[in-house]
Amino acid sequence: MTKPLLDVKDLRVTFHIRRDGDMPWALPRQLRAVGGVDFALKPGETLGIVGESGSGKSTLARALIGLAPATGRAEWIDGADLIGMTPRQMLKYRADIQMVFQDPLASLNPRMTVGQIIAEPLTTHHPGLKRDEVKTRVKEMMEKVGLLPNQINRYPHEFSGGQCQRIGIARALIVEPKLIICDEPVSALDVSIQAQVINLLIKLQKELGLALIFIAHDLAVVKHISDRVLVMYLGKVMEIASSDDLYANPQHPYTQALLSAVPIPDPVLEAEKSVVPLVGDLPSPMNPPSGCVFRTRCPRAQSACAEQVPALMGEGHQVACHFPGPLTEAEIAAVAAREARPVPA
Amino acid sequence: MVIEQAKMQSLASRMVEHEVKGRSPWADARKRFVRNKAAMAGLVILILVALFALFGAHFAAWSNEELDYNVMGQVRELGMPSIASGHYFGTDDLGRDVYARTVQGTGISLMVGIVGAAIAVIVGTLYGATAGYVGGRTDQIMMRTVDILMSIPYMFVLILLLVIFGRSIGMLFLGIGLISWLDMSRIVRGQTLTLKNREYIEAARATGVPSWKIVLRHIVPNLLGVVAVYATLLVPLMILTESFISFLGLGVQEPLTSWGALISEGAGTMNYGTLWQLAFPLFFFCITLFGFFFVGDGLRDALDPKDR
Repeated sequence: MTKPLLDVKDLRVTFHIRRDGDMPWALPRQLRAVGGVDFALKPGETLGIVGESGSGKSTLARALIGLAPATGRAEWIDGADLIGMTPRQMLKYRADIQMVFQDPLASLNPRMTVGQIIAEPLTTHHPGLKRDEVKTRVKEMMEKVGLLPNQINRYPHEFSGGQCQRIGIARALIVEPKLIICDEPVSALDVSIQAQVINLLIKLQKELGLALIFIAHDLAVVKHISDRVLVMYLGKVMEIASSDDLYANPQHPYTQALLSAVPIPDPVLEAEKSVVPLVGDLPSPMNPPSGCVFRTRCPRAQSACAEQVPALMGEGHQVACHFPGPLTEAEIAAVAAREARPVPA
Repeated sequence: MVIEQAKMQSLASRMVEHEVKGRSPWADARKRFVRNKAAMAGLVILILVALFALFGAHFAAWSNEELDYNVMGQVRELGMPSIASGHYFGTDDLGRDVYARTVQGTGISLMVGIVGAAIAVIVGTLYGATAGYVGGRTDQIMMRTVDILMSIPYMFVLILLLVIFGRSIGMLFLGIGLISWLDMSRIVRGQTLTLKNREYIEAARATGVPSWKIVLRHIVPNLLGVVAVYATLLVPLMILTESFISFLGLGVQEPLTSWGALISEGAGTMNYGTLWQLAFPLFFFCITLFGFFFVGDGLRDALDPKDR
């Protein structure tokens, strides 16, 4: 077995929130955005991360590049722990881990030309490079991501959303990283442009042997691009499996609910498919449920779920659930009936 | 259809080779500014006033130090503005040429305004951007310091400074510079707080750009719109402050002069029929203030992101 490029163990991100009006000596309340995530990423592999809004996907990504305060371990391939590094130590690894952001236009400084934007990581990590060397490399990179190199002096507002995302990708790629974290890179784009950008990412990944962490809430997109998929809920991993396995054979009730919500582009099938309804809202990460965090909305929740936190178990296909397995029709019907009535508090 | 393939191809490759010049947000703003008639008029006025201050002395028949003994004592009858006598704007009570004095005063007043505003822009921008970007306790300490400095009645301190350390123009610059950056730093800090969590700042942090470079390269250029507007409105404020101090007799000292000092002198003799001593400095004072306000207004319209 090859050594993983990135081995994350028990990664936690907790924010300390002070409310207005709190006394200065009052303990700040804790918001647990990511509560103990484990996964390993092989070189050249694509890991998709899915989950609803507020499940801690983006915080996880930000923790990995040191933008959010984290505890735990994230071991890089050379044995270094990325968590808790000083900025100076981290600088060396920042060239290896780059990030592509969600909003293509907002992630580009409006007062800088495209050339300056793409060159920024390069000049930061290789300050000795000559001006025309930088320019040649920027132009090469623009060509690689499908931009005309003669547009190097243009400003971000002169480009479309898809082009801006290509600029963002070029900026991430110019320092030849080993891992790119894509934080919902296509959710702000039109469907046709989404396909272009995703295919560009796949193509570049093959060419350059990159590993990708691909965060999205569009399950179809994640299926298309990922080798493995990680399902998150309220800062916890629910299920990790290879993409084919997860989509064909989801074990965790939450994964099943998520997958059943994906629309099928066929009205007849769409009308007939059984949807697992999720009752209620995402609980507050300030006050997460005891035991399994999903139990408040789970159709199969039992008293054991409230008492013990389920561990992530299994080889290859890992599930964090006391009672994994496909939901039966009866269980789905029971949830549907529960949804019809107001939930007793 | 017959299209000359070779020609089309060379055209296409030429188009690709030629680097397209981008249209920067600054160029856009400049275009909007030029289209604004009031702002352009203000700018023209300011340029004319500046030229007057720089080159007006060459056209003066009298220097600002000479006394015209012929008119002394009969200023009301003989000292009125006339081309023939060389006193284009008349003379003051001592027989000095008001034209030459106005040129001199214009220069000094503009300098006070611009230096004051420049101090405010440089110190205020860097201070505010640092406080806003670093945040946390540093921000608290830096901004509370500003609050404390603001709560001191600055006119009182300025007057004390001038009384204790002597009335010199250097002291005046120092005093005005000390107070002018406070407001600016607050405005800049507020703007920085809104910019700091933008994704492009995050992208720069993720790639390891050092903090001071983020402030200078990403935050300050995006603040400059607000800063430019505020600076143009600050210049007249500085001029007004200096004029007020000079009006009190504490500011610029003889033989130097400024608009405030000239207006003060002119106002003193208003009742004796020598109105030109007041009118000419006041005229330049007013059009300059108008000019700055129009330009500031135009800049605000041109740089306002909501227009985009």
